Amino acid sequence: MPQKTLDALEPSIFELSRPGASGMSLPEAGVPEKPIDTVIPSSFLRETPPRLPEVAQLDVVRHFLRLSQLNHCIDKAFYPLGSCTMKYNPKVCDYYGMLDGLTRLHPMTPAHLSQGALEIMHRLQQFLADITGLDAVSLQPAAGAHGELVGIMIAKKHFHRLGQLQRTEVLVPDSAHGTNPASAAMCGFKVREIKSTPEGLVDVERLKALLSEKTAAVMLTNPSTVGLFERDILEITRLVHEAGGLMYYDGANLNAIMGHARPGDMGFDIMHINTHKTFATPHGGGGPGCGPVAVSQALSDYLPVPRVSFDGKRYTLNEDAPHTIGRVKAFYGNFEMMARALAYILAYGAEGLTQVSRDAVLNANYLKTLLQDDYQVAFDAVCKHEFVLTSARQKDADTRINTMALVKRLMDFGYHPPTVYFPLIVPEALMIEPTETESKETLDQFAAAMKAIAEECRTQPDQILAAPFNTPVARVDEVTAARHPDLNYFLKS
Amino acid sequence: MSMHNFLPHTDADRQAMLRIIGVPDTDALFRDIPAVLREQARYALLPAKGLSEAELQQEMAAWAGRNKGHAMACFLGGGAYARFIPSAVQTIAGRSEFYTAYTPYQPEISQGTLQVTYEFQTMICELTGMDAANASVYDGASAVAEAALMALRITRKNRVLIADTVHPDYCWTLSTYLEGLGDVILAEFDPHCPDALPNPDSPEAAQTACVIFQIPDYRGELPVAEAISSFCEKTGALFVVSADPISLGLLKAPGEYGADIVTGDIQPLGNMLSFGGPYGGYIATRNRHLRQLPGRLTGRTVDRNGKPCYTLTLQTREQHIRREKATSNICTNQALNILKATVYLSLLGPSGLRALATLSARRAHALADRLGELPGVHLDQPDRPFLSEFVMRFPIPAQSVLAALEAENILGGIPLDRFYPDAENALLIACTELTTPEHLDRYVTTVKQCLSHPDARTAPLFREKERDRSPEAPENTTLKAEVSLSGNGRCTTGQDAMEVNL
Repeated sequence: MPQKTLDALEPSIFELSRPGASGMSLPEAGVPEKPIDTVIPSSFLRETPPRLPEVAQLDVVRHFLRLSQLNHCIDKAFYPLGSCTMKYNPKVCDYYGMLDGLTRLHPMTPAHLSQGALEIMHRLQQFLADITGLDAVSLQPAAGAHGELVGIMIAKKHFHRLGQLQRTEVLVPDSAHGTNPASAAMCGFKVREIKSTPEGLVDVERLKALLSEKTAAVMLTNPSTVGLFERDILEITRLVHEAGGLMYYDGANLNAIMGHARPGDMGFDIMHINTHKTFATPHGGGGPGCGPVAVSQALSDYLPVPRVSFDGKRYTLNEDAPHTIGRVKAFYGNFEMMARALAYILAYGAEGLTQVSRDAVLNANYLKTLLQDDYQVAFDAVCKHEFVLTSARQKDADTRINTMALVKRLMDFGYHPPTVYFPLIVPEALMIEPTETESKETLDQFAAAMKAIAEECRTQPDQILAAPFNTPVARVDEVTAARHPDLNYFLKS
Repeated sequence: MSMHNFLPHTDADRQAMLRIIGVPDTDALFRDIPAVLREQARYALLPAKGLSEAELQQEMAAWAGRNKGHAMACFLGGGAYARFIPSAVQTIAGRSEFYTAYTPYQPEISQGTLQVTYEFQTMICELTGMDAANASVYDGASAVAEAALMALRITRKNRVLIADTVHPDYCWTLSTYLEGLGDVILAEFDPHCPDALPNPDSPEAAQTACVIFQIPDYRGELPVAEAISSFCEKTGALFVVSADPISLGLLKAPGEYGADIVTGDIQPLGNMLSFGGPYGGYIATRNRHLRQLPGRLTGRTVDRNGKPCYTLTLQTREQHIRREKATSNICTNQALNILKATVYLSLLGPSGLRALATLSARRAHALADRLGELPGVHLDQPDRPFLSEFVMRFPIPAQSVLAALEAENILGGIPLDRFYPDAENALLIACTELTTPEHLDRYVTTVKQCLSHPDARTAPLFREKERDRSPEAPENTTLKAEVSLSGNGRCTTGQDAMEVNL
């Protein structure tokens, strides 16, 4: 049975339901209204209505507005989330929602009536090719992981076409984001891990030992997931190419290197971009994203269809691509995100994007410097846009303290926790990525909160362990949630 | 130093920060990047400088201004529908706390997103007759693909059967995903043909992981489920249904006729057309298959004070924990789009949803009836029931009909010759609450005039081959290329149905 909700933060919408209430009026049909079962055979018709809520419009608005107020968000306060690039979502990009010419355009509108939309796609493709140093781009994937899937499918198809069916392995570092091995597995590849050096970088000797004629691709990100630039990257890509494999670049960390390095120049053959990271399209509470894929000329035949082309006068959509991997979704991709990303790029230009990366790297090194007196820094090196700390020193103060406890207390100070327990190669990791849109004042205040917490670990450890105190709910019982899943208001599994 | 809109630092800030770090300049922080890479990182195509916000708005408005289709009466369907979006949906979705929030991995400060997701999951279960729904996948096409992958894992078999009336983009997405995986046999069948499915006792049937159909199908028609649910019951194959969520306000929940997994696209629920995305895929199943669902799941629980709350759960299915053993690689989903769908369904309620589906169906039938009175114009399959979308045949090329309608500011339908070889005279036409009686009148009048003046047949002002598609099937699969529009002559048994070895 659902819990009594007298003490719930906000009742569920189903509890607000009362028979006959409704939040929306509909027009009259304006056409002959024969009984519906003379138009549709009654065998197809439902007999029981779905138990959707019946709620007046004001009550619907209040319910969801009150729910919104339970969320942390970028517009409210800092998210030092490593790997996520929680930068400011520029409000000018929201102007998209005011433009009927974009929001109301059906995807099956003939090309001659949707030239503006196709132009947006084509220009973004060109700019992303420029930024990545690669040659051809598809905007179709809906997210980074979707882009990874496309990229690995491209690698697979490439080798099948060459008759190199023995290439059944994909190598990823042990620091890789989980989507990397998951995407490779979805394409039927065996995943092999490259153990990192103590410095958190790819161990070139171990890579050499794993490379073979079975290697289809090596998936890396650069900077790595610990925020360090792979100095050996040119040697790495050379070795992989010599072994006949392809290099895949996870674009999650692109924010660190704009204007300073391009994955294509590093030797990568395929990559994805996360527009919801580098190009500031809103995270939306978990999505939607957009994961464009860029490839070298040699692989461009394999990109998904349809493709946007331009003959100098008109834009068209083209499905004539005999070697395409096919499609990974209906229509063309998350178009709204494409328009927002294009607007973002134009807001900055080349100079501005270069400054974005410079300030992102400056902010990360600054914050690391502020925190290194109180927290163990996992890798003692100039970092790029993010860095990894651990809670080792706090554990020394009190052995009950760990990273999870620290970040619960951080929420009391009004911050979202950093990324925790990732990457897997650093025990008790806290990964922090400030991004370029946080001011010096915000960083100083965050550092002050972290220092206060470090002090509490020394002087009031019980306070740390009892946190959080200032959040809407505290220490959610995830164990019971998994053991007795309740995923549906009307049903318990 | 030029001002960039969103960068907060002054030069003084930067200098102060560099001093604290202990380096002379920002270049010092980039020395770890090999010089050769730094030299090559010049952007040749990007404009050097950025635009001010005012200039950017003008630019965006100009892009929008170069489109025309949005301002026309829209009879286009095919998996995306021009439906009214209540203002309150945008008010809520425009809240910073929803759209600038991150994934709710920290439940204490994400209860808004989590509770919305739980409510969405519940509503999808109510519409579909399933027990558990996830927090979305990318769209209806990838939902079908993920459902097939689920069925392959659950049954450990290696054949997937799909009705040839499923959306062509969905079919192609499925075959792309399955080819990626390898070792799966994908075969089509005609759901209108009584002997289309393999004999349940055959080896093919024994190896079938799932049978997939769409209702209403791509043509708007309502296929009968009985043969499929019976086949699945006998063979242990899973019955996967792809269903438009608005239609489920009126039509039977697939759970009532034996579905095991139900998928679809939530675009019609409060989401903008936006030239194809972002939309959102839903996927729902029975409790016994719960742990094979891809993507995020939100569960209800309590906090340490016993306060009811919500959290992401069963995360061991997901990539950030299980990595290569995850049920899917999916991470980012369509969270903001499902928020819109949840608000939309909360405003509409069950009677509103049924009324909306009914209204759309009535308009579609009225249009089909009136067009059918015109000489030489008829439903492609008059004996098949349809809901609010239908295929109409004309005595002249569909492109001519479209050109005449375009001159009257109407987008008349989707020409089907792109998908079916014998369909130059056919259009897929959809009606919704936004295709008004006045639009219907203009549609019929325009077609009538077009037909009665064959010499004045409007040549398109500009028409090029929109889809430059090779008539040959690509080397892997195009499931649509061989299927004729009418489906006639393809009543074959499962063994003879076109098979593609992936």
